[in-house]
Parts: sequence; C-alpha cells; structure tokens
Amino acid sequence: MIGAVHLSLGQVAASLALVAVAALISVWQRADLERDIGIATIRSFIQLTAIGYGIKFVFEQNSLAFVAALIAVMVVFGAFTARGRARGVPNAFWPLLLALAIAAVATLALVVGLGVFKPQARYLVPVGGMVIGNAMTAAAVSLNRLGEDVADSAPQIEATLALGATSAQAMRPILRRSLRSGMIPLIDSTKTTGLIFFPGTMVGMLLAGASPLDAVRLQLVLLYVLLGSVAIAALTAVLLAYRGFFTPAHQLREVPEPSQA
Amino acid sequence: MVAILDKVLFALDEVSYARGGRTVLDDISVEIGEGATAVVGPSGAGKSTLLRLLNRLADPDDGAVSYRGRDLREYDVLALRREVALVPQLPAPLAGTVAENVAYGPALCGGGCHIDEPLVLCGLDPGFAERPARSLSVGEQQRVMLARALALKPAVLLLDEPTAALDEKARDAVEHTLEDLRARLSVDVVLVTHDRAQSERLADNQIVIRDGRMGRPTPQLA
Repeated sequence: MIGAVHLSLGQVAASLALVAVAALISVWQRADLERDIGIATIRSFIQLTAIGYGIKFVFEQNSLAFVAALIAVMVVFGAFTARGRARGVPNAFWPLLLALAIAAVATLALVVGLGVFKPQARYLVPVGGMVIGNAMTAAAVSLNRLGEDVADSAPQIEATLALGATSAQAMRPILRRSLRSGMIPLIDSTKTTGLIFFPGTMVGMLLAGASPLDAVRLQLVLLYVLLGSVAIAALTAVLLAYRGFFTPAHQLREVPEPSQA
Repeated sequence: MVAILDKVLFALDEVSYARGGRTVLDDISVEIGEGATAVVGPSGAGKSTLLRLLNRLADPDDGAVSYRGRDLREYDVLALRREVALVPQLPAPLAGTVAENVAYGPALCGGGCHIDEPLVLCGLDPGFAERPARSLSVGEQQRVMLARALALKPAVLLLDEPTAALDEKARDAVEHTLEDLRARLSVDVVLVTHDRAQSERLADNQIVIRDGRMGRPTPQLA
C-alpha cells in the first residue's frame, strides 16, 4: 500500500524558495502583499506543525473521545472563521456552529455506518477536517450572499410581507439563491476534477506511493462525501440564519432608509 | 387638535419611532377616519414610516396604534396585512409574470383569484397577464403592485406616494384609476403624498406631518 514518505525540515525549508519568488514578484509589481505572504508562511508553519503533533497524539490514543474533542474544536474555529465572512447576517455564529456540527456529525456517522471508513482516529480526523473545512466555506459563502441579498432586496421582501407572506415565504427566492451560491463552487470543481486540477488527497496519496487507482477511489469517496456535507451545512446555515433578520411578527429588522419618508 | 371622526379606522396614541438613532416619529397622536385620508408633509417627515406602522411592517417604540378600536398587536399579523394592504412607493414585483404577481397574495392563504378583474380595475389590459412583471414600465409595474394588493380584497389600502415615480401623464392616469377604485369598491384609503394638490384631488381628509410631529391642521377640504 502506501510507503511512508519522510521529509526533513531541510527539505521543507528548501521549498521556501518558492515563497521567496512570490515575495519578489509582490515587491517588483508593488502588489503590497509581502507582509501577507510572510504572515501566511509563518502561520501555516505554526498551525500545521501544531495540528501535526495534535493529530499524532490523537492517533496514538486512538480514542473516539479525543476524536470527538478534536472535531468539536475544528467546528468552533470553523464557525468563528466563517462568521467573519457573514458580517451582514445578525448573530451568524450560532447558525454557523450548528451547520458545521450537523454536517460533520451526519457525514461521519453516515460514512462509518455505510462501512466506507472504520471508526478509527486515523480515518475520522482527516475526513472530519476536510468535511468541516469545505462545510465552513460553503456556509460562509451562503451567508455572505444571504446578507447581501437581504440588504439589496429589502424593498422586495417588505412588499411581499405586506401581502401577508410569512418571513419564510418572503425569503424563499433569496434562500434558494444563497444555498446555490454556497454549493456551486464545490459542484463545479467536482465536475472538472481530474481535468483541470488534481485534488489534494489524490496528489498526497500519489506522492506517498499509493497505486493510482487506490488514490482515485479514495478521492472519489471524499468528493462524494463533501458534496453531501456541503449541502447539509449550507442549508442548515441559511435556514437558521435568515430568522435573525426578522421579528416574530414577520417584520424585517434592518431596512435601508427610504429615499423619501 | 384632532377632528372628531364618525368612524375611526386607525388611532395613533402618543406614538414614537426611532431608527438608527434618529427620531422619525415623535409623540404622534392622531385619528384616521374611514374614507380617503392623505398624509402630507415634506420629504423625510416620517410619512412612510407612519404608513408602515398601520399594517405592522414596523411597530412603534412607544405608544400604540389601534385599528377599528383594537390594538394592532391583538390581530393576527398576516391576516391584518391582507385586510390592510400596503402598496410601496417603488414598485417591487416578484420575478415572474403579472398573473403570478397578482395571484401570489391570495395563494398564500390557499385561495385563487380572478387575474383579469384586479388588472382591469387598475387600468391594465388583461393581455398584460402573461408578461414578465419586471419587464414593464415603472408606471405599469406600479399598477401591477396595486392590482396584486386589490387581489387580496382588502378593506383598507395604504398607498405610499403612488405616483412619485411616474411622469405627469402616468400620474394623471393612476390618479384617475384611484378615483375610479374608490367609486367602485368600498375600500378605505390612506395615501401618503408630498403633493398637496394630489391630496386635495384624492382625499377627503388630510393630516400633516413635519419633522416627525403633527403639523398645523389645515382646514377640511370641500
């Protein structure tokens, strides 16, 4: 199966040459990104090293309680991060937290239940990480769109409420659009996978020496799992978050100043 | 200060409303009777906000609003909005055809409706029914908005600057439509307008708002 690959810190350091290229391009073209490139490089090193030791520890324990704790931490951090992109949505943290938690738990339970992966830390942690990462992006994109659409369509929403529609009825077209924006990027990248880009898992397995067919099958499983989890996350986030825009009496809380009052 | 009206439709009792730290309505007490009432005043006076309080698109921060003697909050809010229908200042039709827009309100409570009847009442040819609502001119869209409110068979129509977005010709036509509606349907109207002349053409009574307060009452119109 997979022959273990060992990289020395020296080899990692050598790859910094490409970071230097990026920084030089930024300086040369005055893109003003050197500082961000530096921060990204240092943060990625610290974060990945820390998570590497964390995962090593969890793998060694091979206890489902540790797996659950690690997943919970990822869900909380994911919700915090996604909230930053959902600024237009009131109290977005809780919908995001629930969306990521439900997506992670439902997806992992399903793949274990169907016998795709064994309930072991070695499988649950990396799959959980991918699920939460993609769910976070999808939920954030959906809520970002939701916030923009509510701001843009406030007159439409109020005009529909004025006909006796509930907030859910008035929001239906907007919820549909928000859900679509969250799901479309992954669906599109799933369509083109293998043609335009090689997905990360497959690349990792090939580099680690796995047979191409094994690499492809695992990648397919992950892509299909991600489709489901992204849909669950986007739907949950949108359905919970839109309520924050309304009072219980189906009134839109924040409306732009009317042009003429 | 307030004229004693035979049949009070709405009563505002010491109503205040602020938004974004700005006082929009400041301690307003007024009664709005049956028939056609115009709410007049300069731009930014709080007229549209007052209208929004009447079908609970917003609630006052202080004070109370009543409709036919009962506090608005005692009514089922969705039923109230079907009985007291608001037509916003700028047309905001749903995506879809004119017919879908007109049928939307009645369908929400499981009812059907005749599409042609409200269209004709609003001066639109029934041939408009299958056209995409958002492809129409602003004046035509405004009539669609009026038609879809009428499809609910409301008891009261709240009209927010119904002709502000229109040119003179379209304005005259919509005003004519409104006069015609009043003659043919027993519907009470509360009309917000910054145009005094329009208020005199269309309304029996008028209330004046200035800077969120009750303005000086004007003599009753002939």
